[in-house]
Amino acid sequence: MFKHKRRFSWLDYLQEQSKTIQEPLLKCFYQSQLDFIQDKTLRAAEFVALDFETTGLCPEQDEIVSVGLVPFTLQRIKVAQAKHWLVRPQGQLSDESVVIHGITHSDLSQAPSLDKVLQSLLPELQGKVVVVHYQFIEREFLAQASVRLMGQELIFPMIDTMAIEARWHRMGWRSELKRWFGAKQVSIRLADSRVRYGLPRYQMHSALTDAIATAELFQAQVRHRFSDSDYVSDVWQ
Amino acid sequence: MEAEHIEIAEFIGRYPPFSFLPQDALYSVASAIEISYYRQGADVYCFGDDIHDFCFIRSGSVEIYRRNGHLYNRLSVGDVFGQLGLLMKNRVRLPARALEDSLIYFVPEALFNELCDNFDEFAYFVEVDDKRKLNKEVQQQQEDNALSSVKVGALIARAPVMISTQASVRQAAQIMTEESVSSLLIIEQITSFEDGGEERKKLVGILTDRDLRTRVVSQGIDLETPVTEVMTASPKTLDKETYVFEAMLMMLRFNLHHLPIIEHGSPIGVIAISDIVRHESKNSLYIVGLIHRQQTLAELALVANDVPACFVRMVGQESSAHMIGSAMSVIGRSFKQRLCELAEEKLGPPPVPYCFLALGSMARDEQLLITDQDNALILSDDYEASKHGDYFESLAEFVSEGLDRCGYPYCSGRIMATNPRWRKTLSEWRTCFADWIDVPNPDALLNCSVFFDLEGVWGNVAWADDLYQFIVNRAQKTPKFLASLARNALLRTPPLGFFKEFVMEQDGAHRRTINLKRRGTAPLVDVIRVHALAIGSRARNSSERLEDVIESGILPDKRGQELKYALEYLAMVRIRHQAEDVESGEEVDNTIEPDKLSDIERRNLKEAFNVLSSSQRFLKYRYPFS
Repeated sequence: MFKHKRRFSWLDYLQEQSKTIQEPLLKCFYQSQLDFIQDKTLRAAEFVALDFETTGLCPEQDEIVSVGLVPFTLQRIKVAQAKHWLVRPQGQLSDESVVIHGITHSDLSQAPSLDKVLQSLLPELQGKVVVVHYQFIEREFLAQASVRLMGQELIFPMIDTMAIEARWHRMGWRSELKRWFGAKQVSIRLADSRVRYGLPRYQMHSALTDAIATAELFQAQVRHRFSDSDYVSDVWQ
Repeated sequence: MEAEHIEIAEFIGRYPPFSFLPQDALYSVASAIEISYYRQGADVYCFGDDIHDFCFIRSGSVEIYRRNGHLYNRLSVGDVFGQLGLLMKNRVRLPARALEDSLIYFVPEALFNELCDNFDEFAYFVEVDDKRKLNKEVQQQQEDNALSSVKVGALIARAPVMISTQASVRQAAQIMTEESVSSLLIIEQITSFEDGGEERKKLVGILTDRDLRTRVVSQGIDLETPVTEVMTASPKTLDKETYVFEAMLMMLRFNLHHLPIIEHGSPIGVIAISDIVRHESKNSLYIVGLIHRQQTLAELALVANDVPACFVRMVGQESSAHMIGSAMSVIGRSFKQRLCELAEEKLGPPPVPYCFLALGSMARDEQLLITDQDNALILSDDYEASKHGDYFESLAEFVSEGLDRCGYPYCSGRIMATNPRWRKTLSEWRTCFADWIDVPNPDALLNCSVFFDLEGVWGNVAWADDLYQFIVNRAQKTPKFLASLARNALLRTPPLGFFKEFVMEQDGAHRRTINLKRRGTAPLVDVIRVHALAIGSRARNSSERLEDVIESGILPDKRGQELKYALEYLAMVRIRHQAEDVESGEEVDNTIEPDKLSDIERRNLKEAFNVLSSSQRFLKYRYPFS
């Protein structure tokens, strides 16, 4: 028998998860994600852009305060079907993040708990490819929340528009060369990335606006960097 | 929680027509839109695509094209498009393409309609904006069409080669050879005291290569003969500001190959027919040339097959109705001329001079695709039926049959030269018209819309002009005739019912249709003719008649312009409809189905019919029947 290092495979992982997980909402979700593994092209796929606003960057300590999403295809971003939830935090909200997000304590005190929001969120992601800007936040916070609230780990493939920008601007010999000569690195933040594709600057920042902004950025990236007939599984990670 | 799209609402609210909306309506728009990103050069809409959204440019810019690919408008951030498609039965009329990377917001049709219904200012902006653009488009059309927009001055390649009236034929030929030109202008120096003693060159004649051949060499004339004896004196000229299109028509009409161009009374150049052909090769001139080169009737009939394609091409080039009507008439006239020529080859030279007449739309320069042949003959007063009758009967039969085979079917009212009633001597025609004018009985008036537009196309065409002058003079002085003619012009009414709804024709296969010729252009032409005869205008083309009428001041303010617009619009709808029939391989006719029109077209058509209707009412008042 040959022994080779096995690469991580989303196929194996999702198959495993959909078999072993009992929680019906999660089981269903994993099964729907399996569809994308094979033969789904960008043109045929349905996407959903997702954005969380959090109290900080540490999934273990910080909390999600709002969730925004908008379903889309390569042709149209369906603003009419966009969703936005505020989430009631369990701990105290620091004054700092109130300033950043413009969300007040009283807004949040009336909001549903993360548990309730997850129950509404998962069906929205069902059968769609999730698109985020900087996957770390959404992936880690979601994983953390699912372990805490459902006793199961929720990890699934996402398309990361920031990673796409990084791949383009920060890898390869051109950028190496530039860096070597001391050139400033290209910013791959959402707003800066958008400017490169001629997308407008949005004044407001909320989970919803950022989700729409991410969807627009991904449409632009596909138009510039990919082809409609590329496979979803070649783009996500 | 409800999604609140403040970002979007705030942005679109800065631009009309959204700026006319109250806050809550803005939010409902912002939360209903769809968004799409288009890379530079990508098509947003192609011609004929389904369209179900009103579009707003959030970033980037978009170019709107016309069907023929010409740029129609360039839009940028905050501009809207697509409303025309929504109003036109959801078909994209004007394709849109991203000029830069662009982000477009799409407002769904249902919401767009709701906004139009609920907010007048919104609706007004969308419609007015549309009209403004349509006007712009009409303007553009005229600018784009090379023949109709370019003036003859632009075609002049060099200063004219001129010689004085004192020169001999030999000197003339020498200078033409030296300068290698095919025409020479003969001029007189005039010192005008009114212009402060400035010298001016007055054109007195033109001499062409062809004249040297036909009037000098073949006649064996002495080369020292003064050039003034062989030149064409007082040639037709055009001002340098004349449109190339008019120059083309003039040359075709009078069979001229060279046309001197004048500025401030002095010649500044000569244009040859080849200059125009070079300038715009793909047009009716090509067919006209072909017609004149065919040797047999069968060959002519083959050329006739190309006429619909030429028509469609002109429509595609967005030519005006006036231009298309003129071009089609020139083609029809050429068929008649060539057929007369072929008839004379077959039957021998005519025993007495004659003039072949075109009547009706051809004489008015308003011919379209499907048209009866209306024609007649003026014979010399020396004509003797017993001696010459057979010849002209045969000639008429030959031409008439030829026309039928070339796509101009026999006239159902038998107004054709084959009918002995319509082969008369010049004196007989005068008497006939005098009778019609002096004693306008219903019988006489029946055919007046055909006979009162006449033009000579072959033979002694000057007789036709004389006869027309006679008609104009007599009609103008006979109010009773004008009143009868006016009464007659009311017989065909536009299809506006009591409630200003369309009245459909109920005849045969054409159910729920409107005959645009019978109920639209023809009665309008009748109205214009009455006014034109009343003021003694010698013009035969309805637009030209209308110009004369407007100038005479007999119409109330603005009525003339309205009539002009209605005439052009009705003719254009008819023309486009015929072109569509040709393209889809259907039988060409003059009927339209209002059900198939867009709201805008229907509204414009109603407006044009209203203009016709009120012009008919004015006719009753202006030419009372005493």
